[in-house]
Amino acid sequence: MSEVILEVRDLVKHFPIRQGVLFKKTVGQIKAVDGVSLDLYKGETLGIVGESGCGKSTLAKLLMNLETPTAGSIRYQGRDVLRLSPGDQRRLRRNIQLVMQDPYTSLNPRMTVGDIVGEPFEIHTDVAPKGDRRRKVQELLDVVGLNPEHINRYPHQFSGGQRQRIGIARALALRPEVIVCDEPVSALDVSIQAQVMNLLDSLQNEFNLSYIFIAHDLSVVRHIADRVGVMYLGKMVELGKDDEIYDSPTHPYTQALLSAVPVPDPTARQHKTVIRLEGDVPSPANPPSGCRFRTRCWKAQEICATQEPLLQISARSAHPSACHFAEARDVVHAG
Amino acid sequence: MTDIKVNTAPVLGADKKAGGHLLEVENLHVEFRTRDGIAKVINGVSYHVDAGETLAVLGESGSGKSVTAQTIMGILDTPPGFVTGGSIRFRGKDLLTMPKDERRLVRGEGIAMVFQDALSALNPVFTVGFQISELFRKRRGMSRADGMKRAVELLDQVKIPAAKTRIKDYPHQFSGGMRQRVMIAMSLALDPEILIADEPTTALDVTVQAQIMDLLAEIRRERNMGMILITHDLGVVADVADRIAVMYAGRIVEQADVHSLYAKPCHPYTMALLDSLPRLDLKGQELNTIKGLPPNLMRIPSGCAFHPRCSMVRDICRSERPALLPIGNRASACHFAEELVGRE
Repeated sequence: MSEVILEVRDLVKHFPIRQGVLFKKTVGQIKAVDGVSLDLYKGETLGIVGESGCGKSTLAKLLMNLETPTAGSIRYQGRDVLRLSPGDQRRLRRNIQLVMQDPYTSLNPRMTVGDIVGEPFEIHTDVAPKGDRRRKVQELLDVVGLNPEHINRYPHQFSGGQRQRIGIARALALRPEVIVCDEPVSALDVSIQAQVMNLLDSLQNEFNLSYIFIAHDLSVVRHIADRVGVMYLGKMVELGKDDEIYDSPTHPYTQALLSAVPVPDPTARQHKTVIRLEGDVPSPANPPSGCRFRTRCWKAQEICATQEPLLQISARSAHPSACHFAEARDVVHAG
Repeated sequence: MTDIKVNTAPVLGADKKAGGHLLEVENLHVEFRTRDGIAKVINGVSYHVDAGETLAVLGESGSGKSVTAQTIMGILDTPPGFVTGGSIRFRGKDLLTMPKDERRLVRGEGIAMVFQDALSALNPVFTVGFQISELFRKRRGMSRADGMKRAVELLDQVKIPAAKTRIKDYPHQFSGGMRQRVMIAMSLALDPEILIADEPTTALDVTVQAQIMDLLAEIRRERNMGMILITHDLGVVADVADRIAVMYAGRIVEQADVHSLYAKPCHPYTMALLDSLPRLDLKGQELNTIKGLPPNLMRIPSGCAFHPRCSMVRDICRSERPALLPIGNRASACHFAEELVGRE
């Protein structure tokens, strides 16, 4: 494989729960991200899936340095991001950019598209000289498939899909190497979703980008990702190449998640095995001891409550899986 | 376990009672009069539902699928929304010409609705038990205590654990999936004959979505209700629907039973929609896309509304609007539907 561009080790983010009006005291911790490690290779797409509350968006914020981690390290090309001086950090941020979920709230309604896409150049003035900016912005609009003549329009004059393209153009402005996409297509209609996914695909080839692609839609992630990580309650429970995860998942949670995805094929009703999970995800303020999935798991035994399973390769799982009883099972029945 | 039994739904077109279907929407027209102009949101929609069957209404945002449901329920915001034509017959009686009081009785007892966003559909300042029992007090004349008792039974039916204590909780104390269960319990309170579910699982995670869809299917079967499932998710539809109506720009462009629709879509829009879908069980390279954008409902294109985005467009599509015509046991609104049906 090619070189590692981003290296995350034991990343932890706990949010304090405070109570009281005048004298706030901390009464607990929301363990949003609790010891996540991953590597991102140059030119690949790493998909992160999980249900709401599993910590995937907090992970995105940590990677973007928008939140300070409680513990752990993030290394970009071998340099520890968290230990850099503020100036170095700002320069480094050029290389890691974010595409946000909601194209309606992530664009300032009072700025023109030209100002939005050109704003990165205002902050990093050495990238493009002042006189050159307008031309650069128009180039970017062209790259993402928007009409360069619409540079003076406002966000409300665009549709959802077009707005997401504006967000992508803004992320591309500083020629980053890594783009973190946090649910980039979940707010879009099916027909528009495909357009944006194809755009992300072609941009990756054109600029040799690495993506961290966060989504709750497993079909979307299967389509775009080279490797996939599955998160549950702040932990990575399974990590592998997309075929490994989708065709032979070994963690019970991944199996249940995959089996619950409705397949757009009515003939699948007959031979589909759906694993039904009972109940809801426990609160991240007070996660279960041992394996966090054990309260909803049909394989759970005593050891699961006392000993936390590590994310590792075992005799029965060819890729890292955090389960004492990991065992491959095909639940998708790929055609 | 999942439901793989063949359900007892009547065959396409079979009449249950003399004179027609349980619910019959015919040639419905709705427009929104706004400051910027008139948006024609529904332009002649017809469909019907019978007891025990599930009709899925499929469409993207702005296709008019939710507005049709709101019009059936009589909860369309007027103004700006106005019904400009058509009829909605429930048990043979037109809901649109019915006096207000009579129509009010149909709501809840005849036709009930489950909304997408349970948190904003429930009142945050009353307990869940109060809100459910309110139906029994207002409509059945029950006492407060009896109403609460019935509410507990209902919460039990929708499988909310410890219903007796949860009844005193407020909506924000429930998780998303549990809130949707409360919504379903509420809609079932007066034993409706038809349940309209408007994107009931869009705001939920997949594992919870599976639980809720199971619950709806089970209840529909037990009570032999008719169900209208409104959704944009082609996966959910394939799992539960008997028949499907695909909407585009306020019209139904294709109607068929679920198996024929997925096996051989007969409208270019349905075809493109299915092609543009990323699949869990198939790893494709490039997704086919539908070029362009959904139409602005204030300026719906001439002829076939889909023609600017259609890959098969010919001259006739720009000038003449294709009607929704039956071909065999299905219907398609395309000039070239015959060709599409005949293809291999």
